[in-house]
Amino acid sequence: MAAPITKRKSISYTNWGYFFIAPFFIIYAIFAFIPLLSTFWYSLCDYYRVGVADWTGPKFIGLDNFKVILDFSQTYNLLVYFKNTVIIWLVGFVPQIIVSLLLASWFTDLRLKLKATGFFKVVIYLPNVIMAASISMLFFAFFDDLGPVNSMLKEAGMITEAYKFFNNVTATRSIIASINFLMWFGNTTILLMAAIMGVDTSVYESAQIDGANPAQTFWKITIPLIRPLLVYVLVTSLIGGIQMFDIPSIITNNIGTPNRTAMTVMMELNAYAGNKDYGRAAAVAVVLFAVSASLSLLVFWLGRDKDAIKVRKEMAKRKKGAGLL
Amino acid sequence: MNDIVRDRDAMSNIIILNVRRAIAYLVLAILTFAALFPFYTMIINSTRKHTEIQSGFSFFPGSWADFYRNFMNAINDPTIPIMTGMVNSLIIAVAAAFLCVYFSAFTAYGIHVYDFKIKKFCFTFILIIMMVPTQVSAPGFLNLITRMGLMDTFWPLILPAIAAPVTFFFMKQYMEASLPLEIVEAARIDGCNEFKTFNRIVMPILKPAIAVQAIFSFVANWNNYFMPALILETANKKTLPVLIAMIRSADFLTFDNGKLYVFIMLSILPVIVVYLILSKFIIRGVTLGAVKG
Repeated sequence: MAAPITKRKSISYTNWGYFFIAPFFIIYAIFAFIPLLSTFWYSLCDYYRVGVADWTGPKFIGLDNFKVILDFSQTYNLLVYFKNTVIIWLVGFVPQIIVSLLLASWFTDLRLKLKATGFFKVVIYLPNVIMAASISMLFFAFFDDLGPVNSMLKEAGMITEAYKFFNNVTATRSIIASINFLMWFGNTTILLMAAIMGVDTSVYESAQIDGANPAQTFWKITIPLIRPLLVYVLVTSLIGGIQMFDIPSIITNNIGTPNRTAMTVMMELNAYAGNKDYGRAAAVAVVLFAVSASLSLLVFWLGRDKDAIKVRKEMAKRKKGAGLL
Repeated sequence: MNDIVRDRDAMSNIIILNVRRAIAYLVLAILTFAALFPFYTMIINSTRKHTEIQSGFSFFPGSWADFYRNFMNAINDPTIPIMTGMVNSLIIAVAAAFLCVYFSAFTAYGIHVYDFKIKKFCFTFILIIMMVPTQVSAPGFLNLITRMGLMDTFWPLILPAIAAPVTFFFMKQYMEASLPLEIVEAARIDGCNEFKTFNRIVMPILKPAIAVQAIFSFVANWNNYFMPALILETANKKTLPVLIAMIRSADFLTFDNGKLYVFIMLSILPVIVVYLILSKFIIRGVTLGAVKG
């Protein structure tokens, strides 16, 4: 836009750029980058507190920390916690994406013309701004033996004895997943709405003229056109899901009851870090880092525009063919 | 003949549309209920006695007297200093939000306006680190702040806010859309130095972006649980989420439920109030920074 102006003047001002980016990079180096590198180093070390103030290490021990946390002969290893995390995430995410797609397409439907969408948006986004720790505590109190849910079920005559929700694997996981759902479906709806509204309305109008029904419009137009955003939602939700901590931690008092079936990877990291075993904590962190990095790469790869790639390949082939001739 | 067919089609279209509309409102009503009911129950139960809460559920509030008693019990609890926690949360969230938006805009300005050598590299670097979950460096971070003597202080929860890749990215996008470089140029001609130009001229232009990001940063820091739980050890320094976790690890069977609901209410009410006042802003903000295509 004003490129020529900056270019001419940039000669005398460019070094100001370093001044402006310096705070960010200094703080990032101190509080994030160096800790990240030292986390990688500690994962290869014996490094933990003995007693109150004595420390062992950091002493290089190779991959021993990883061997311990990934010892699959043990009942409880990191893979189990990954499985728990993914199950709980999926149970919340699947209904979340379905409900959000449904709501987003209703809110943006030109013919449906829903009223009070502003109000609904405010309401469905509300749980997202509220403290996860507090919502979890609230739900823990609700599903307690003497909590409102049990008393309602009793009054309805469905049970006589209090049902112990938190002794049941499925119930505990479902409660955690429901809180995740409740906190995130509004956010996803609003993101998807923005994506759908970004689609040229003339596309919808011509579909309508061609006699497409709402289902056809949804599957043949909306979904393909908002695919980049769907991928974004999937990536962010997955990376967030893998780091799930606040809700299962509060619900299960950080021990993942019953029988560690609600123990997530971050809770394991937190437990090691809280016990000042930085070596093991770092090993968990490194695995978490590797998994979330490869997951985001994989999902991006899956979500790439296949048609565009096909076209590019075709072009390349033709070029090659022309060259050969 | 054709007219009749067309009329019948039009009629059935209207019926289908109305049915779809009815389903949509029904689903929305259910979701509204799901989103609000937990908070409604929380408010109701904060006005009832412990024994009343445990003996059954009620749709109607108890009494002001009971609410007052629960409230006084909550704020005077010696083991869980909720009011101090609120002040602590407020200090950390306000300071972190301020640093986060100011320095994100600062960095974005540096990248947006100047053509220095490693600019491209810096920008790409920030985009990459945006993908790295902050918690994975926790062991190294904890060790570092222990050595710096910052354990059990607010500093490690406030200072890192200066390097916020996501907020930076948002600011950068906002600048691309609404900060013409001619303005910077004009300021230079008027003899304004670069730092002053940023504070006096650029910051006011960024106001809408700053408002949105400040709210998001405030809420994120107010609700943050993972790091404060590992860093804050003294009861009087703990923030609200850490105190809520303390309630959870206390003996729940003997815990006064009336007080419990007041605790939870105090921890979320400030954010709800802020949200209801600024909801339009916030909802617009969700989409603004999040994605681009």
